[in-house]
Amino acid sequence: MTEILLPLISLLLATLRMATPMIFASMGGLLSERAGVVNIALEGFMLVGAFTAAVIAFYTHSAWLAAFVALGVGAFVGALYALFVIEFKGDQIVTGTAINILTVGAMPFFTKILFNSTGSTPSIPLEDRFNFEPIVLALLLVASLTYWFYQTYSGLWVQFAGEHPEALASAGINVRKVRWVSVILSGGLASIGGASLSTFLASSYSPLMTSGRGFMALAALIFGRWKPLQTCAACLFFGLTDALQMRLQGVQVAGFEVPVQFIQILPYFVTVIAVAGFFGKSESPKALGKVYE
Amino acid sequence: MLKHLIFFVTFLVCEVALTAPLKVGLVLDKGGKDDKSFNSAAYAGATKAEKELKIELKYVEASDVTALENLHRAFARKKFDLIIGIGFAQTEAIKKISAQHPDVKFALVDGEVAAPNVRSLLFEEHEGSFIVGALAALKSKTGKVGFIGGMDIPLIRRFSLGYEAGAKFINPKISVVNNFIGVTGEAWNNPAKAKELALAQISSGVDIIFVAAGASGSGAFDAIEEKNKLGIGVDSNQNWMKPGVILTSMMKRVDVAVYNTIQDTQNSKFTPGVVRYGFKDKGVDYALDKHNEKILTPELIAKLEDIKTQILSGKIKVPDYYKQSKK
Repeated sequence: MTEILLPLISLLLATLRMATPMIFASMGGLLSERAGVVNIALEGFMLVGAFTAAVIAFYTHSAWLAAFVALGVGAFVGALYALFVIEFKGDQIVTGTAINILTVGAMPFFTKILFNSTGSTPSIPLEDRFNFEPIVLALLLVASLTYWFYQTYSGLWVQFAGEHPEALASAGINVRKVRWVSVILSGGLASIGGASLSTFLASSYSPLMTSGRGFMALAALIFGRWKPLQTCAACLFFGLTDALQMRLQGVQVAGFEVPVQFIQILPYFVTVIAVAGFFGKSESPKALGKVYE
Repeated sequence: MLKHLIFFVTFLVCEVALTAPLKVGLVLDKGGKDDKSFNSAAYAGATKAEKELKIELKYVEASDVTALENLHRAFARKKFDLIIGIGFAQTEAIKKISAQHPDVKFALVDGEVAAPNVRSLLFEEHEGSFIVGALAALKSKTGKVGFIGGMDIPLIRRFSLGYEAGAKFINPKISVVNNFIGVTGEAWNNPAKAKELALAQISSGVDIIFVAAGASGSGAFDAIEEKNKLGIGVDSNQNWMKPGVILTSMMKRVDVAVYNTIQDTQNSKFTPGVVRYGFKDKGVDYALDKHNEKILTPELIAKLEDIKTQILSGKIKVPDYYKQSKK
């Protein structure tokens, strides 16, 4: 019995671990996109968070403080994004890409000053890192976000800001304000996702360590049809393919080596299929990407 | 005052003109100078040359493969005397730029370019991997050892094949788990995934893991540290990263190769062609220092030295992935 149970538990834990940074980031993306602002900058927010947390944890020896500061700095970069796309009405895709490139370029600048290195930070000792807390936090986040979204007025405001901003405005709510708050929170949440990468899954910041997880989070958001629970499920599914792929490398089944590359393709494959509408209509928020005058 | 100043300036100019230092450009791979592994070794060799040989050193890091050609071209146009490319990914860039700038000397680590102005620096990784494989098998209690490679390329396959052969040489019944982080350059920079792979291996009973994954390696060592297992480092001496957790490091002396090439160029002894580094010149070796002297006992060392001499004398034939794949 334990022979089957133990690998299953280890697979489950690995799935949760791999999904955690993506859950944070996709929940951030969800907030921003449901409020009507396309968020391709998740990858950049994550990098900022990963870097900030690694630096703070290294100096203060506190992973919690690191996560809080990462939240703050991520929110700041989110505000920067909001300023450009909401106030200056910049193109959301272009600005998001710019944020991604900016963060990649900015990190080596800071690490050079702080540690005389070209992009990586010193490693954080075992006792100063998270053990499992980010997993719990991520799941709590999904639960509270689901409640907030569907059970409170302010949650509805966010939804309307992305569906019918005019209706929201005629109800006397400031659409811009709602979008500002959503995008700022989006930056903060994605940034915590990055922090969980550098202070939980790894032990330092290294350049480009997110390796596309921000975009995976975006894919999960689309696959999950911009709904919190489904998006979380999509993240877990992506995490599972990753964990499965690792365990099947080089394994022989009936004399053939399992082609793990195919398992690695799965997340992208299902996203394409989901976007193409094979699993029912995948409907994005109606006012997504539209500037509100 | 002015006279003094003029004198001083002329003196300076003469001084510079007389001993114009050798200009060396170092193009590092994606992992960057702080990967504590492959690129760090190259950077260490170059900075040692900068201090001891008084050369002028400029280094750049390639953010991705498409940038390589431009980096080499920029150095060549600025009339650098020697340009050193680190990593197999630079082979094509050096092939092209060295042909366009025949007066500039190039050196390439881990790749082969046949040109009159290019020196190719190759290492016998399979031999070094064989010896750490043997060590892993000697030290393993579970009879299961692991290998985690960065990007799935022939070079890293060469490591894993040598490692497996070394482990099987000691214990024919041992099982070796081979994992690769990915198939793109990202694999060198994904510590989170390296950690998961290590945890997966450990949960399947592996107790010693050889990690050849550039900057991703630190993640695997984190997992090994958490689970109280042993790891084996690569390229640089990585024993210091986690004293007592890293059994040894399979050192690939890229630093020596880089230093020697700079020295040769300075002494006008630069020769094109392939230079191989192996056990005989300590270009490949296992690391022993104060961080691992407690785990690497004299009996183990004696055993390893014995295997080393047997490889040198040709008594043990270490399988080479390069030759196998050509078959």
